[in-house]
Amino acid sequence: MTLSPVLVDLAAGFESVTWEVSHDQDVARVPIEEWEGFARAARDAGFEMCSDVTAVDWMRQRPERYEVVANLVSIAHKTRLRMITSVGREEPSLASLTPIWPGAGYAEREVYDMFGIHFEGHPDLTRILMPDDWEGHPLRKDFGVGSVPVQFKASHQVN
Amino acid sequence: MVDEKTVETNGRAPSNRESDVLDIWVAGTEEPQFQPTDEGTQEFGPDETEARLDDQFGRVVEDDYVYDDEVADDERSVINMGPQHPSTHGVLRLQLELEGEVIRRTKPIIGYLHTGMEKTAEQLSYYQGPTNVTRMDYLAPLHGELAYSLAVERLLGIEVPPRAAAIRVLMTELNRVSSHLVALATNGMDIGALSMMIYGFRERESILAFFEKTTGLRMNHNYIRPGGVVVDLPPGWKDDVAAILDDIPQRLRQYDDLLKANPIWLARTQGVGVISAEEAVAYSITGPALRATGVDWDLRKAFPYSGIEQYEFEVPLGHSGDVYDRYRVRVDEISESLKIVEQVMDTIPKGDYRVGDRKITPPPRARIDESMEALIHHFKLFTEGFKVPPGETYVAVESPRGELGCYLVADGDARPYRMHTRAPSFYNLQGLPIAMADSLVADTIATIASMDPVMGDVDR
Repeated sequence: MTLSPVLVDLAAGFESVTWEVSHDQDVARVPIEEWEGFARAARDAGFEMCSDVTAVDWMRQRPERYEVVANLVSIAHKTRLRMITSVGREEPSLASLTPIWPGAGYAEREVYDMFGIHFEGHPDLTRILMPDDWEGHPLRKDFGVGSVPVQFKASHQVN
Repeated sequence: MVDEKTVETNGRAPSNRESDVLDIWVAGTEEPQFQPTDEGTQEFGPDETEARLDDQFGRVVEDDYVYDDEVADDERSVINMGPQHPSTHGVLRLQLELEGEVIRRTKPIIGYLHTGMEKTAEQLSYYQGPTNVTRMDYLAPLHGELAYSLAVERLLGIEVPPRAAAIRVLMTELNRVSSHLVALATNGMDIGALSMMIYGFRERESILAFFEKTTGLRMNHNYIRPGGVVVDLPPGWKDDVAAILDDIPQRLRQYDDLLKANPIWLARTQGVGVISAEEAVAYSITGPALRATGVDWDLRKAFPYSGIEQYEFEVPLGHSGDVYDRYRVRVDEISESLKIVEQVMDTIPKGDYRVGDRKITPPPRARIDESMEALIHHFKLFTEGFKVPPGETYVAVESPRGELGCYLVADGDARPYRMHTRAPSFYNLQGLPIAMADSLVADTIATIASMDPVMGDVDR
């Protein structure tokens, strides 16, 4: 595949990173140990903004259970880059992007809240959307959807 | 008697009389000696410089607060604002650390409106998806639907007909106008310009009436769906849009008359809630809050979607990144959006308003009575839905609040494997502690309102 000029320099420094194009969008699959170093290099290459961090739970479909996805934006070059890494099943943990882009702070708290993935070096890794005493991580695939039983006034059944 | 040395001589030569006070009242006894005093001349005292007064009045806003250990603990207080505060725009809760009247640190606490919409999206078929996402940012529901539909279409590899794309642009730009009008109205209300609130909501009503005529609902439209839009524009829509185009520009001029030279409005907004361009970029702030700092970044220009590159419009920019600039950017964006609407109205192509693939969009109602295939397609679509090939994509549109993105992962099933919304309000809220650092408590409300967070979008 051919990379845009911005990405060629970035790719040169990281041989372990595999590149792909997903529906016309550049995707870099980064090994977990290179995550922070690659992010720093990307920031220096012109990706000033980390617009989003999220995760996907692949449950039993893949050996590495989680994928952490960061969407980067370069305002100067008017381009996007998505960096994805795989995170293991037991006590998932990886380096935080907050020292590089402080804007990743809330997003990483959300990923921690929803998936239970730890970000090392995050200044305030606490639950953000769910209550503080909530048990479990809702967006994991083994977390059931569930429902609250609704008792209607006219209901004849009594639980 | 008063000791002579302590008598306030007030610039006059000390006199030997026992009382200096009475002498001017004893008429005719002596020529009164009126001496000018500095009272009323508004001269500054030796330690009251212009800069010092600015500091005392809170006009100087600096974001480089260093935590001062010298300040005693009893001078610092932490107070809660919200989540039931009327001017936090929903259920936003702020923990403010104050030193007297000055805010030193802020911590937004969110999640009170979290309803697990990303989890819900995994249970809904792709065709049902817009029903879910339209409830996230309830002031700009059509943008949420557009981002979701574009993501599904990209995974499917289909293009919508030109008329559908034009209708989408028309509707989303009108939605931007209505959303910005609410932002102006609530911003005015929070600062005390109550007339602005009434005017903003009044003008928004004309747009909502058009939405209701087109989509059947005033909000949560479920109008833009994968494959196009659900129904064509109603007969006579051009008259309605022309009336909106006629009305709102002159209303905007009235708002300018009301606010632009209003000294109270200027004092409450200028230099308040400042965010620099570097901070805005670093904290992933997008939309009018980013453009008010002078960064020329609009996704409609950078990554055009739905054929919006065909239309001519400007990207309004501010320069100081304060509340006033955010307000100006919004007002100017309303004018630019109306320009786009006008161009769409003039150039809208004829044709279908959705793709003809009956696996993706339902057949016309009349066909179901006469065609077996149409009945099957209808049944399959509304029970199972359509399947999307495996893949992942991220599509972002410029919502009234900033970059509204949809990260969609498909695994070949009829439901998304994962749907994540990059909510602009969620990220813009991160900038609130920076904007509010070292400002006064009274400016909190102006700053929150100018960031225009929608809590449904923040918490999802």
